[in-house]
Amino acid sequence: IQSLSSPLCLCQGILRGIRAIKGPEYKHSLAYNYVLDQFCKKQITGERYCLAQEEALYASHSYLCLLISTRQHMALYDIYHGKGQHDTEEMAGIVGLRLPAQPGGRAGRSEGREKTLIPHQRVVKSSRWT
Amino acid sequence: MYLGILSNLRSVKHGRSRSCRDAMHCSEMCVEIQSYFSKWNLVRLHSRVGHALSPPIACPRSLALKLPLPLLSVNSKYYSIITERKKFYEDVSISHGEGGMFEINLDQRKLKTPGGKLFTAPNEALAIAVANEWDTQKDTLKFYSMHMTTLCNTALDNPTFRSKDQIITAALKYLETDTICYRVEEPPSLVELQNNEWDPVLNWIEDGYNVVIGSSTNILGPEIPQATMNTFRQHLGSYNFWSLTGLEYVITQLKSVVLAFALIDKHITVEQAVLLSRLEEEFQIGHWGNVEWAHDVDLYELRARTAAGALFVHFSSESSTVKRRLMQD
Repeated sequence: IQSLSSPLCLCQGILRGIRAIKGPEYKHSLAYNYVLDQFCKKQITGERYCLAQEEALYASHSYLCLLISTRQHMALYDIYHGKGQHDTEEMAGIVGLRLPAQPGGRAGRSEGREKTLIPHQRVVKSSRWT
Repeated sequence: MYLGILSNLRSVKHGRSRSCRDAMHCSEMCVEIQSYFSKWNLVRLHSRVGHALSPPIACPRSLALKLPLPLLSVNSKYYSIITERKKFYEDVSISHGEGGMFEINLDQRKLKTPGGKLFTAPNEALAIAVANEWDTQKDTLKFYSMHMTTLCNTALDNPTFRSKDQIITAALKYLETDTICYRVEEPPSLVELQNNEWDPVLNWIEDGYNVVIGSSTNILGPEIPQATMNTFRQHLGSYNFWSLTGLEYVITQLKSVVLAFALIDKHITVEQAVLLSRLEEEFQIGHWGNVEWAHDVDLYELRARTAAGALFVHFSSESSTVKRRLMQD
């Protein structure tokens, strides 16, 4: 495949990906040692064209893509994914309402109307809610 | 080719979405998956915990379940498929098991599949890839990011109880509505883009496998000859069960048998395969703009899943031996 990077770039890319995930202790991880070992092993051949080398390069490229894509996907997920449903009190607070202290409220009135923050509506002060 | 596609995008009208075309294929799989997960939901109604290490927790007939771990703190009010849980281990390692298989150890405990079986990988590369996924988790375990683990669990458990023939039949159904066989008639620039990018891959598979597929602008898609189906069926039959699981996964993600074959045969890379699968979407993005929280999320997730599937097939179908040459004095 013409578009594959050189073995050195792939190896560095994978090790960089492992370091980004694991942090400073990446050299002790399983993947680090295995990747280095594989890249060294596949070089030892007297053949002019080594099928195993091509396959290893391809697998390395796919693994690098997997590492990078997973990391980028999780980064976007953490930014954009919903954090879950808020509870009722938080939801009321978002729109400027407050939950009633006792159930029922006044007859003929809903609890939320008196505390709405929409400017054009008349705010009715009630001793029950102060 | 990759850079060429991006440089050729021009302004046009809306085209047909890739996703809406294959809803019919998803429906059968969805029914099976829903029944699989409904069993686990029944389990969780009684236990409220899903644990990868306990003995048969996944048996729906068992009501007396142990609760060795703390309850989930997230979404505990709602009974849903558990997608995250707190990390309960420090170290991950691999060890040799019976029959030359590799096992994953989380601290001192052996990893198990959701079906309760002992997790085993057929070779070291796959085991290390899975171990690395578990090792990269931080405070919470995000199962939706562990694609290699998911594939191994599916291959080990076979939760939908499918045989090889059934998997092959399901995979070949995508050929009838293959993404790169479905062409549009307008706008002209999209037609040209599809011809320039999809025709080479189509020619490659027709020449390489000696089959006739063709493309169509008809809503019903191209007529696939039975000889073509037989050729592909025979080819897929040569893969083992694990490789077939991975291959079907790649086909399902890319919505294309042709692209999956090109990827597995190392004719194109993962990025190229994903780009060709999302060609129409990339075209619309070039005209209307990119929405990061939708397009980029979709792109990276598709790349991760496709890369995992391709790697899984590669690791499952390889067998490597080392022969040392004797040094001559």
